Amino acid sequence: MKPAAVDYVRARSLAEALDLLARPNVEARVMAGGQSLVAMMNLRIASPDLVVDIARLPELTAVTEEESTVFYGACVTHAAIEDRRVPDPSRGLMPQVAEGLAYRAIRNRGTLGGSLALADPAAEWPSVLIALDAAAVIAGRNATRSVMCKEFVTGVFQTRLAEDEILTTIWVPKLSVEARWGYVKLARKSGEFAASLAVAVRDPARGYARVVVGAADGAPLILDNATRLCVGGALDHAAARSAIAADLARAADRQFDDFHRNLHAVAALRAMTQACA
Amino acid sequence: MSRVRFRLNGADLAEDVASRLSLADLLRDRHNLTATHLGCEHGVCGACTVLIDGEPARSCLTLAAACDEREVESLEGLVADPIIAALRDSFHRRHAVQCGFCTPGMLISARDLIRRGRADSEAEIRAGLAGNLCRCTGYTNIVSAIAEAAVALGPVEGRRT
Repeated sequence: MKPAAVDYVRARSLAEALDLLARPNVEARVMAGGQSLVAMMNLRIASPDLVVDIARLPELTAVTEEESTVFYGACVTHAAIEDRRVPDPSRGLMPQVAEGLAYRAIRNRGTLGGSLALADPAAEWPSVLIALDAAAVIAGRNATRSVMCKEFVTGVFQTRLAEDEILTTIWVPKLSVEARWGYVKLARKSGEFAASLAVAVRDPARGYARVVVGAADGAPLILDNATRLCVGGALDHAAARSAIAADLARAADRQFDDFHRNLHAVAALRAMTQACA
Repeated sequence: MSRVRFRLNGADLAEDVASRLSLADLLRDRHNLTATHLGCEHGVCGACTVLIDGEPARSCLTLAAACDEREVESLEGLVADPIIAALRDSFHRRHAVQCGFCTPGMLISARDLIRRGRADSEAEIRAGLAGNLCRCTGYTNIVSAIAEAAVALGPVEGRRT
């Protein structure tokens, strides 16, 4: 299908984009890469009055690196991460995730920040960024604030972003040399949205570990018991299975059927096994 | 309406477009560049794949208005491209075409796989074609045609070492 009539503005600065979002009685949507937004407009799931294109704002496409952190502009593309054209704080995790995300033609335009801000439960970046303990910088007209990604995503397509705010930067702490990770995406076709998604990160030098399951009928799910098991390194599979089962059972707000509960358990165990190998 | 200045298949253009117009509809309806096919119109089928600033992109998921100061190439603009020429030859000889609907998108994606050095094995080619649906061939002849073109071309600029 074709989109409904809409206005389009390519913002020339972040300030202009924020002003456009603040217009009264205008439903405005921010377009970063547009790879979900335009599809939703074509399907008429989204019919905004105004599209504010931020894809080429220099402050949103830059990447800077400090000793312990990489700061990604929200409009860095999946392909730039896949091709390692930007620094990688994750010792290979983020490039591997990018490579399996949708298709190259999508990855050339789709963005890290767009994916996080949309918070599709089956998308890769929300789960991966939470597993890496990343944070999101949110700009409003009057103030800028930072939110940890694990708090940023609040539900299915729901985030802490207000309608007149823009996600500008994602900062990702660097893993240390000894860190290990595991990543499992279960999908029936390459590039499709995940049926289940699990990420395990273990960084003993920083005293950090986290196991996250995505595509899980809500915001990405941090598995606390599984995470505690992951810290140690040597993984007891029977203990890991029961920890994962307990974590999935504790997520009382999720409606897993047996098939999906099993998919999530298998994905989590495989990711933990990789991270603890 | 939005004013767009862009380069299309080597020609510099400036035109007014309705903001909701997709790049695919601009190419097909205004410029009669009908190699760009519209299948699903939500980014899944790959038939509308073109090059924007030299990289494959879905013209159904690209607003024409967002192409201001971009370079767009459709398959028609790649007639003289050496990788496309090799693919045209191998698709022809291997009968990698049945109805032909997916073919323009297949050619543009295949060119990109070869250019990026991602066409070195059958598995790699199949993974790289996941975003281009063919409902006729079962892919076998398409995959072998791309593999053959990759071998015939040898090392390509930008190819993975």
